[in-house]
Amino acid sequence: MIDVHNITKRYGHHTAIDHVTFSVAKGEVLAFLGPNGAGKTTTMRILTCFMPATEGHARVAGFDCTDQPLEVKRQIGYLPETPPVYQELTVTEYLTFVGRLRGMTGQNLTAGLDQAIGKLELGSVRHRLIGNLSRGYRQRVGLAQALLHDPPVLILDEPTVGLDPKQIIEIRELIKSLAGSHSVILSTHILPEATAVCQRVVIINKGRIVAEDTPEQLSARLRQSEKVSITLKTVPPDCDMKLRAIPGILNVLPGQAGGSFLLECELGRDLRDEIARLVVSSNWGLLELRTISMTLEDVFLQLTRHEDHLAEPTEAMVGASAERTDA
Amino acid sequence: MTPVQAVIAKELRGYFVSPIVYVVGAVFLLIFGLLSYLYVGFAGAQAIQLMQMQGGVAQINLNDLVFRNLFASVRIVLLIILPILTMRLFAEERKLRTFEFLLTSPIRITDIIIGKFVSVLLIYLGLLGFTVLVPTVLMLFSDFDWNPIWTGYLGMVLLGALFLSVGVFASALTENQIVAAFVSFGMLLTIWLIAGLGSLFGDTTAGHIISYVSYMEHYDHLVRGLIDTSDLVYFGSGLVLMLFLTHRVVESTRWK
Repeated sequence: MIDVHNITKRYGHHTAIDHVTFSVAKGEVLAFLGPNGAGKTTTMRILTCFMPATEGHARVAGFDCTDQPLEVKRQIGYLPETPPVYQELTVTEYLTFVGRLRGMTGQNLTAGLDQAIGKLELGSVRHRLIGNLSRGYRQRVGLAQALLHDPPVLILDEPTVGLDPKQIIEIRELIKSLAGSHSVILSTHILPEATAVCQRVVIINKGRIVAEDTPEQLSARLRQSEKVSITLKTVPPDCDMKLRAIPGILNVLPGQAGGSFLLECELGRDLRDEIARLVVSSNWGLLELRTISMTLEDVFLQLTRHEDHLAEPTEAMVGASAERTDA
Repeated sequence: MTPVQAVIAKELRGYFVSPIVYVVGAVFLLIFGLLSYLYVGFAGAQAIQLMQMQGGVAQINLNDLVFRNLFASVRIVLLIILPILTMRLFAEERKLRTFEFLLTSPIRITDIIIGKFVSVLLIYLGLLGFTVLVPTVLMLFSDFDWNPIWTGYLGMVLLGALFLSVGVFASALTENQIVAAFVSFGMLLTIWLIAGLGSLFGDTTAGHIISYVSYMEHYDHLVRGLIDTSDLVYFGSGLVLMLFLTHRVVESTRWK
């Protein structure tokens, strides 16, 4: 449905995106993940024909973004970073205007309008001026605008920004419900969002795609070792050495709290039993023992911060991961 | 409703919910009324003077004494107020980040520009409509030739449309409305002053060419009751040129 082939965008000497290639199948939801300035918005702007790529080509629903922009724009519902709303119009007036721009008329327009207002629960504010609405409502009006003409392709730039937790969950449910019938690309900083909503994740950093896979596969692929966290009541000076002596333990790192350690074990081996036996037999007082799995957040940090050292997880990263699992 | 009509309707709505139209309209009509009153007053004073000198009822020409002066003065008023009407058209879209939305909607840039231009032109025509009250009232008390009045109105429509197209262009250049208004004001004043430059060259080819660029001479012809195709071509081509340049500016933002 969306086919991006080798696109590059340069602003003078600055390369915003560098030979980016990916595709989205019909009915698939793809997350675009990356730090600020990674090139997410630029990629979306090229796909929506707001700006042309310097090199390469992008196709949406079979239409070329450079040669057939009007056809491409008809296939797309786009929510930019800032909800594109006119403050002097009411919600209904605004959506009517949007529908007319997209060539909707009469019954078609009224039905689309009612549906979008219903889906985003805007019924109570439909006759209010957008200028008087809160940030969350404006964001929802922006989303309603993107969904109005029921386009086969949706491009959403940070769709849940400015919403309260309840609304975030509702919008995620809404996006999930669109999967299957719509192809969706959404960009986000919020990693659990990508895990919750998307079938596939593209991680982009400094204009390049650094990883592309399902959230589960990504964490599996990047996991270099099994990790076990333990917390001890008493910490004798030789415990570090004794722990390292267990066959299969690769590394012992001090954890965040006093008495806690992070043990890296060989991939595919569960050493919890051996560790527990050692701790108990040495009488160190076992307070806690658990395995740590790598969250998408860790993958993301590793890929965007430590691209060059993929093989060596750093302490900062391990610390972050332990912290998160605690929470 | 076509997309262009949708843009026109939305812009008109935007104008009427903001105070701009009311303020600009009130000021324009106030000044127009004041100018009319002054020129009618002068004409009256002149008539009395003539009666005293010649005796009997003096025949004064309202076309010359009132309308020509009125239409000539209106240029300055239009020069100042029309940039205020046009300044928001594109600058506001940029400021509020709706510009990206417009450019990613399935509507051609030409249609967006035409929609915006037509909407502000309609507002201006509406304002001009109110001013027809002045000759209508004068008609009740005196006798004058309506033909130069119609051509004068044609002149005001064409001159206003040209000014508005310059304003639309200036608005597309920036996201700051004040800057947009000031740029169009500056451009219009410069084109005005070019007329003076032309007269410096006198009756030479260069002088004629330079004078042709300014709208002064062309507007003057219409105010005097002359309809010359070259004047119509001037206004038409100027307007198309400005809207074309607007198109280029809007298009170029996609490449930045």
